[in-house]
Amino acid sequence: MERNNKDLASTMEQWEQKIQQKVLPRLPERKQEFLTHSGIPVQRVYTPLDTADLNYLEDLGLPGEYPYTRAVQPTMYRGRLWTMRQYAGFGTAEETNRRFKYLLEQGQTGLSVAFDLPTQIGYDSDHSLSYGEVGKVGVAIDSLQDMETLFSGIPLDKVSTSMTINSPAAILLAMYIAVAEKQGVAPEKLSGTIQNDILKEYIARGTYIFPPEPSMRLVTDIFGYCSRNLPNWNSISISGYHIREAGSTAVQEIAFTIANGIAYVEAAIKAGLSVDDFAPRLSFFFNAHLNFFEEIAKFRAARRIWARIMKERFAARDPKSQMLRFHTQTAGCTLTAQQPDTNIMRVAFQALSAVLGGTQSLHTNSRDEALALPSEDSVLIALRTQQVIAYETGVTDTVDPLGGSYFVESLTNQMEKAAMEYINKIEAMGGAVRAIEEGFQQMEIQDSAYHYQMEIESGDRVVIGVNKFQTEEKTPLNLLKVDPVVEENQRIKLEALKRQRNQAEVDRALARLKEAAGGTDNLMPPILEAVKAYATLGEICDVLREVFGEYQQRAIF
Amino acid sequence: MSNPIRILIAKPGLDGHDRGAKVIAQAFRNAGMEVIYTGLRQTPEQIVQAAIQEDVDIIALSCLSGAHNYLFPRVMELLRAEGIDDITVLGGGVIPEDDIPFLKESGIAEIFTPGTPIKTMLEFIEKNVRR
Repeated sequence: MERNNKDLASTMEQWEQKIQQKVLPRLPERKQEFLTHSGIPVQRVYTPLDTADLNYLEDLGLPGEYPYTRAVQPTMYRGRLWTMRQYAGFGTAEETNRRFKYLLEQGQTGLSVAFDLPTQIGYDSDHSLSYGEVGKVGVAIDSLQDMETLFSGIPLDKVSTSMTINSPAAILLAMYIAVAEKQGVAPEKLSGTIQNDILKEYIARGTYIFPPEPSMRLVTDIFGYCSRNLPNWNSISISGYHIREAGSTAVQEIAFTIANGIAYVEAAIKAGLSVDDFAPRLSFFFNAHLNFFEEIAKFRAARRIWARIMKERFAARDPKSQMLRFHTQTAGCTLTAQQPDTNIMRVAFQALSAVLGGTQSLHTNSRDEALALPSEDSVLIALRTQQVIAYETGVTDTVDPLGGSYFVESLTNQMEKAAMEYINKIEAMGGAVRAIEEGFQQMEIQDSAYHYQMEIESGDRVVIGVNKFQTEEKTPLNLLKVDPVVEENQRIKLEALKRQRNQAEVDRALARLKEAAGGTDNLMPPILEAVKAYATLGEICDVLREVFGEYQQRAIF
Repeated sequence: MSNPIRILIAKPGLDGHDRGAKVIAQAFRNAGMEVIYTGLRQTPEQIVQAAIQEDVDIIALSCLSGAHNYLFPRVMELLRAEGIDDITVLGGGVIPEDDIPFLKESGIAEIFTPGTPIKTMLEFIEKNVRR
């Protein structure tokens, strides 16, 4: 091997010389320097010399084996395809329930609930801050009653459900458990995911309510409760998706996400949980962006980094604790309002990178999302894109088909190295929470976002239809509109609920919750009790706001 | 040399998407303007008060949650109630073309949708806003 590499090295030298002297003068390359989105230089060609340091068993391993670089499952898509899970929700629970049933009829295999902003920030639909926002970016949920409607006719023991909810995650999870109970489905039968990732809300997404400390308690209370009662539930989805959407690079995306992951593991251990009790149910959520090979390398590097941290730093013994399982969504921020049909192609390539990177579930964006929430026609194309990859392209027939590619392995190594530098830097600052409080991740992301935008402005970065190949165009799409009457109806429903429910029972439940919040008991049981008494989301959050206070963001740019 | 233009970049409502707002804030500052950024979750009332206190020439509203048809006209209404007619109000975000005529009628000077070059916005400001 070494002998071969020596020969190769001298041959390469001659080849380089020939290119410099004969080829480039005649045919210069398109750019001086080729870079990935993270700024990693891309060579003209990759050879075994670039992967000479790689120790196959230690660095790659077989599929389903440590360090899981190749895959977390031994047979991957030969056994079971990824879960096709389209994020959906708008207007009322009735409308979203219809969209869910439509998606399931079209062959979607899991549900993913989008909640409106008032729900995500813990306000009822009749709160003054909710004006104009009810039912807009997701479905409005004020109480258990809305949740019953949302899942009406959908058997919760047959479908897995992901819920994008963070600060009030415990409340929505409690509502889901309560709906299941009414359907006669026991908690241990439930499968799905709750996002429950508050740290990236401070960094990038913005739907925080409480300060970090009580927020971390809510997170670890959910870990503890799930490990005892919902063995098939992912108690968190540690999300890089929104960090990337806010403008980070691929390296920053995995570095900041894994640093957050470390903070959650530490918090849970500090709260008295043992690592192998909760770590198997930690899951991740990444973005699939445009730089195709860098994205694939990113997923592979993330798996290797997490496995090593869990094994070496946290002494996790259960292999499941070491496996980084993840959901992927294609990059919303790469969609253009101009020539929206072109987005179909962007999404297809991004989705392919997620599959080649070994994702466990996937959401493909719709072509019209730079303009509005997706219409039914557009969602169908997006779902069909996944189905074409799954059933027609053959990329699913072998595990990690790009493993061993000189380029992809080299890029995987470089991404791991660059991400570890960030992770170590954050550790040196005192961990993810401290770094967030100092605005470190936010500023790093802001710098990358600005740099990226300037590249588009200067034309160095080509965006088809925006700064190249523009056309005069009209918007031919039939866009989805949320009727403003939704807001009014939601308020009327809420008023009626408050008249009908047993107010004394609500008051008792909220008083118990307040007491528990002031102490150290797990908050899931009193929240479940309040939810079952039809206390509203806003009422429950108000109690917690009173005890915990509210987080104030530093506006930095 | 004339005084630099003062601009308030504001995030009305509950929307957390601040990438565009922050990139524009930085770009406008680099273009020589005095930029004030409100941060997330501002009510129209807070935005108008901040604009008055900071004595700005422009308010740039950014909203990607679909609540623009309520929030943007509400800002205009409050400005009028304060008797203010010399602040140019711009809007940006995920805003369907169909909504633009309504927003302009309410008094928003221009709407910039995704993909608008920063240069276009700067040109618009240069042409329409005087300090």
